[in-house]
Amino acid sequence: MVAPAETHAAYDSKVEGNVVFTKLDAAVNWMRKNSLWPMPMGLACCAIEMMASACSRYDLSRFGMEVMRFSPRQADVMIVAGTVTYKMALAVKRIWDQMPEPKWCIAMGACASSGGMYRSYAVLQGIDNLIPVDVYISGCPPRPEALLEGMMRLQRKIEGEASISEQKKELVNDLS
Amino acid sequence: MKAEQMVKALKEQFGDAILATTEFRGEHTVQVTLAGAKPLLKYCHDELNFDYLVDISSLDHMGEEPRFEMVYEAYGYGHLQHLRIKAKIPDGEDVPTVSDIWATADWHEREVYDMMGIKFAGHPDLRRILMWEGYPYFPLRKDFPLAGRPSEMPEVAFTGIAPLADGPFVTSAGAPDTVAREPRAKKQE
Repeated sequence: MVAPAETHAAYDSKVEGNVVFTKLDAAVNWMRKNSLWPMPMGLACCAIEMMASACSRYDLSRFGMEVMRFSPRQADVMIVAGTVTYKMALAVKRIWDQMPEPKWCIAMGACASSGGMYRSYAVLQGIDNLIPVDVYISGCPPRPEALLEGMMRLQRKIEGEASISEQKKELVNDLS
Repeated sequence: MKAEQMVKALKEQFGDAILATTEFRGEHTVQVTLAGAKPLLKYCHDELNFDYLVDISSLDHMGEEPRFEMVYEAYGYGHLQHLRIKAKIPDGEDVPTVSDIWATADWHEREVYDMMGIKFAGHPDLRRILMWEGYPYFPLRKDFPLAGRPSEMPEVAFTGIAPLADGPFVTSAGAPDTVAREPRAKKQE
């Protein structure tokens, strides 16, 4: 087959059917969203539901997000599961800062999203006061299905990101 | 020996230091002066075999004098009797530690200090236990607002004011049915 001069791509007929055209952003996003490595920030009862989500009955790994990493340097999505007390708040922020970009954050449950029922001197009123949150999950605590739904929403969000032009955006923002 | 007889024995032993004794549904409470508290607690431990200190707590009677009150809950595994000892403390006065009598009192007293700001004389390690060192308030005092107060300690912690919207989220104890007892936001007077 001879390609017309004005086409931007051509391929050998021998590999026809094995070549897929796509945008670089779409390819990168597809790879990112299907291998989310969560950093489990388990702080209260939500952590129990998060553990249940990872276990055999609900099985997070069906959606490619089962590689729970307890080192922030190996993780790319932080699941803040539970009540963030002021005593813990800066530790959570510090772990978030240690995660390499690209990174995302899920606020799991009422406490992480808004302080929940703890309208108190001791509890941070939502982790979004300290770190940017991508997905909020309602519930007290949310059921594993809800966490799965939240993770899948995050995957859908990642699909639409301009991942090439917005590399290291937090770092760039810090420097400027 | 039953708790009732122990209270009687304490009265004979300490006389004037005991201000009042009450009994409510089998629970015996001894109200003592602050000066009499430690010798009495030591006597309870050494002579009356109260080998287990269940809890130490404190009360804030704001507007009254003396303002604070210590509550000790003692229990004995030999005789299975329970005794509550209370002592009132004026604001700013130290309470003698009982951590040399019951080792468990160490952390209980640290919690009382952390939350209520009552100091313990002779305590081996009187630091905050729940809040961080340097937090400027004592949050369980009656004059501390429920929503908290802002504070800032760089690199350690900060606090803010919690939005209470329509008031604290509380149950109505004693309401006739479960629907009415459900926790709801209540306007603060």
